[in-house]
Amino acid sequence: MLPDFFSVRKVRLETDDTFTLELAPAGGRQPFPFSAGQFNMLYVHGIGEVPISISGDPGKPGTLVHTTRAVGAVTRGLRTLKKGDVLGVRGPFGVGWPVQQAEGHDIVVVAGGIGLAPLRPAIYQLLANRDRYGKLVILYGTRTPADILFRKEIEAWRARLDVEVYVTVDRATDSWHGNVGVVTKLIPKAPFDRTRTVAMICGPELMMRFTALELDKRGVETDHIYLSMERNMKCGVGLCGHCQCGATFICKDGPVFRYDAIKGLLSQREI
Amino acid sequence: MHTLEPLLAEHPFLKGLKQEHLELLVGCASNVRFEAGAFVFRQGQEANHFYILRDGKVAVELFAPQKGAVAIDTYGEGDVLGWSWLLPPYHWRFDARATEPTRMISLDARCMRTKCENDHDLGYELMKRFARIIEQRLDATRWQLLDVYGVRS
Repeated sequence: MLPDFFSVRKVRLETDDTFTLELAPAGGRQPFPFSAGQFNMLYVHGIGEVPISISGDPGKPGTLVHTTRAVGAVTRGLRTLKKGDVLGVRGPFGVGWPVQQAEGHDIVVVAGGIGLAPLRPAIYQLLANRDRYGKLVILYGTRTPADILFRKEIEAWRARLDVEVYVTVDRATDSWHGNVGVVTKLIPKAPFDRTRTVAMICGPELMMRFTALELDKRGVETDHIYLSMERNMKCGVGLCGHCQCGATFICKDGPVFRYDAIKGLLSQREI
Repeated sequence: MHTLEPLLAEHPFLKGLKQEHLELLVGCASNVRFEAGAFVFRQGQEANHFYILRDGKVAVELFAPQKGAVAIDTYGEGDVLGWSWLLPPYHWRFDARATEPTRMISLDARCMRTKCENDHDLGYELMKRFARIIEQRLDATRWQLLDVYGVRS
């Protein structure tokens, strides 16, 4: 429950409102192994703590990477950190993406907005072990071209011969020559075999709900669709109950869930 | 002689259409091509066609003062473009511009409306199909209106 101390090695502005912190353990501690899809509780001294998904490469645990938006007191505090500043880290917590269980399958990764950040570790792992999977399709939707996260990396993934990448934006000016429209529009034509596909989805909950429905409509089995839920997590260890929905703790039993297990939760209004 | 009938017959949008109805459609169909940057139609013009994209890409745009042309949707291979031809006053509501060299099957709207009036079964079949398209686009538009990727979402 006590945080470890990490120092900021690098701060990178990704878009107007999204930034990445690269952290190293303070005092020469051991590397920080984690699974793709897990999160840490980041503590900013004097302000508070917030759950943020790990967005780095599980194959490079020496650097801890987090990407987030400055939308609340703690994340605004994270945004003010500079190289050398120290923050507290508790974790890693939670159940991650089923990267290993998905071997032998086609993989569809569907990300919306900043939802690409929690999925990026899974993408790194899939690419590092590319020959263990069938087709790899990445679908990404965001607000405008200026909001495309990790754009250079997306372009590098798209340049590969063994990955299909499709990007769409909700709206654009005439200088954008790519797709415009909601991310679910990309699903009917995406080149994967529905009978042997595992899907991993992360983004705003409304986007995940409609994406899962569209994948289901396309014929992907609902027990082969995974979502990352990020609701109300406070302690990260299943004690405070803030993220509890019935018998399920988002922090402990998730944040990655199989769609068929939490389908009902997605449409419950009072949660 | 090559006709467009095989292309139309294979298209998912027209799947299940009776052969006699398909033949009526073929009579209104022609191949068209637009270079990158060319307008397929402009807002306010008469909606005299609808299109089935064979390849390329078309952006549907709305011109907003001080913002310029804002693309609100794009269509690619296999998509159907245009439903303003169905409902009076038969005027396009938006601009549509090819963003890359684009080939389409164009179906003449006046020809189609006449045939639908004469054969209500054909009219009903097309209405069902276009209603589905309009429903999908309305759902997507509502989602875009919510700005789900915005800071407060």
